[in-house]
Amino acid sequence: MANLDPVTLSRMLTGLTLFVHIVFASIGVGVPLMIALAEWRGIRAADPHYTLLARRWARGFVISVAIGVVTGTSIGLQLSLLWPTFMRVAGQAIALPLFMETFAFFVEAIFLGIYLYTWDRFKNKLLHLLLLIPVAIGSSASAFFITTLNAFMNTPQGFTLKNGVIADFQPLVAMFNPATPTKVAHVLASSYTVSAGILAGVAAFSLLRGREHAYFKKALKLTVVSSFVFALATAMIGDFSGKFLAKYQPEKLAAAEWHFETMERAPLIYGGVLDEAGNVRYALEIPYALSILAGNSPDTRVIGLEEFPEDVRPPLLIHYMFDLKVTIGALLVLIPFLYLLRRYLPGGKKGYPVWLLLGILALGPLAMVAIELGWMFAEFGRQPWIIRGYMKVGEAATTSESVGPMLLLFAVLYLVLCLSCILVLSRMFRNKDVLTELRQAGLEGGKGQ
Amino acid sequence: MSYELVGITVLWTFLFGYLIIASVDFGAGFFSYYSVLTGHENKIHDIIQRYLSPVWEVTNVFLIFFVVGLVGFFPDSAYYYGTALLIPGSLVTVLLALRGAYYAYNTYGSSKANNKTYMGIYGATGLLIPASLSTILAISEGGIIGESEGKVVLNWAAFFGNPYTWSVIVLALVSVLYISAMFLAFYADKAGDRRAFEVLRGYALLWSGPTILACVFAFFQINRQNPEHYAHMLEVAWMFIASLACFLGAVALVWKKRRLGWSFLLVMLQFAFAWYGYGRSHLPYILYKQVSIHESFTNETMAVALITAFIAGLCILIPSLFLLMRLFLFDAKYVRGSSPGKG
Repeated sequence: MANLDPVTLSRMLTGLTLFVHIVFASIGVGVPLMIALAEWRGIRAADPHYTLLARRWARGFVISVAIGVVTGTSIGLQLSLLWPTFMRVAGQAIALPLFMETFAFFVEAIFLGIYLYTWDRFKNKLLHLLLLIPVAIGSSASAFFITTLNAFMNTPQGFTLKNGVIADFQPLVAMFNPATPTKVAHVLASSYTVSAGILAGVAAFSLLRGREHAYFKKALKLTVVSSFVFALATAMIGDFSGKFLAKYQPEKLAAAEWHFETMERAPLIYGGVLDEAGNVRYALEIPYALSILAGNSPDTRVIGLEEFPEDVRPPLLIHYMFDLKVTIGALLVLIPFLYLLRRYLPGGKKGYPVWLLLGILALGPLAMVAIELGWMFAEFGRQPWIIRGYMKVGEAATTSESVGPMLLLFAVLYLVLCLSCILVLSRMFRNKDVLTELRQAGLEGGKGQ
Repeated sequence: MSYELVGITVLWTFLFGYLIIASVDFGAGFFSYYSVLTGHENKIHDIIQRYLSPVWEVTNVFLIFFVVGLVGFFPDSAYYYGTALLIPGSLVTVLLALRGAYYAYNTYGSSKANNKTYMGIYGATGLLIPASLSTILAISEGGIIGESEGKVVLNWAAFFGNPYTWSVIVLALVSVLYISAMFLAFYADKAGDRRAFEVLRGYALLWSGPTILACVFAFFQINRQNPEHYAHMLEVAWMFIASLACFLGAVALVWKKRRLGWSFLLVMLQFAFAWYGYGRSHLPYILYKQVSIHESFTNETMAVALITAFIAGLCILIPSLFLLMRLFLFDAKYVRGSSPGKG
């Protein structure tokens, strides 16, 4: 690693931290909503199965929150430790959302703590459910604030920059920049999708192991239907993101689509490779589709990469990230859709087809991969800029020579955290089986079957 | 009051909040582990766990608030401290991460009541984190962060070879144990748990002597390290005398086993006087001779926005914290352990 410069190493370490954090953060944003849905159904339908579902999810959720909190602390400190020059300049503009993000998290943490310890404390069960509202709002608000910051890095506005000093600053204009609406919506919807998907996978796993209890079927229905709604929303917002990029960040869209020449009726290129002369080969070409994505009409003029000087073009690799992400996004809509149609499918009359359950099992992992790819696409697609048009990544990093050993240290830390998290979670649910818990609660025997 | 002074006061207050809450948490982790090792766990372990469980997440947030706020109000400090503290800062991050994760594993994920590995990590980090964090105060006195050829560097020899650094580390360690024991003694008394109270009162009295000795030692070390700062400290000498008086009052109450709530309030005042006295005399420098609050201040719009956000945030936060305390700290049934625990 001695031959890597501090800039590259800082990018790698920040990337590693976010790579881990983004999964736990997304779960942290989405799962409270799912728990609330289950608990609410439990109260409304007076069905203790849903209440137990909420309770078991909450129990596992705390473990993932712990990892989310500690990796979030890491990235919070690493912003200053690895990108001191960026923070010195951008700190004058982005400190507000960072500050508010911390507040939002604070509220979430306080109410989550209360929620976990008050399951049987209130006579009115709705009161306990109400405690989840600040948790869900807090976590979604955290996501909102932090995403406005990322949006600002992509489409900065609301200030003038002179010799490293920011003047004429308008905090709200900076926060509500053109990238904010689509980015925030996309982040929230995809967080809900991944959470519903993971929980659906858990239910599918139990059914695959041959467990027939109504509890699992109810869990499956709630989670898969939610997955469908959220995945569809994510895809639709993705379409708006395409239009946003075409207008405000055309070089990112052009690099993602390997769209080199500015033209109307631009085709969409799927897959393929670039030969040495820079021609696209073996790709699937969908006529007019890029123009439609960019502006809802085949006549939309889409700006090509040729219009940008070479040193500010994003890497062409993002084409694959984009294509893969979109493909997975389609699967995330398709699999839950098949579940909705299960009665009309071959073998669907006799229960759940095994292939469908396997598909549902894959929803969580697929959604995680899609989130990682989408994030990488967003970040690589902004290169070489850290604040588009104002500061390049290379000028922003630390000059310290010790980033390499720190990268190793954190790699070991995250490995230990992730492995121990999986171990603890699996042990936790193996030791406390659903059916045993149902029996303990006196719910077995006729009720809710 | 100028914006920069408001800013630094807000930040210093966050750090004070962290100092108290985290000290209770750090010390409790250590005592908890110690009690498991020495077989006293049946006496004090439960009371500690009952206090810690619902509040652990809240602690870290105070620290993050401070860091984020510091960067927001005084962006230059991110540049100097950020570059110089890469290694110590990363180590603290790793320790905080291990501590948080393994605490959650032990509390929510473990089938056995006390997993010794988890408890060990929790106890050890409880001492290592305050020790490493406190060194930043030593660094802030100047002479350790240098700038050569446009690069910010930390002078490790000056850092470790400095008696002031070590005096601050010792002060941090004993204070953590003292604050924590004082609080837990109060909490045990409130729970009506006599056995736990006796053990914890013993700890509190045991650590009170070393705490005041370490305070005095660190106080005079500043004279060697940074005479200018020391001179400013003497100008607000009354704050340090008030701190000493609060210390004496707090220890006397615990000694007589009377009014333990007031006793802990006096502990907080003791540290508040010392903390703000130290901070006030440190001004205008955040990093001696390199970062001052006047020159490194952010633009006025951001300052106003941050202060507004801060006030709005407090309006949400204070009622929430109050609810948390009412449910877990001042609810007699919960404190005694007779209301149901985690789901």
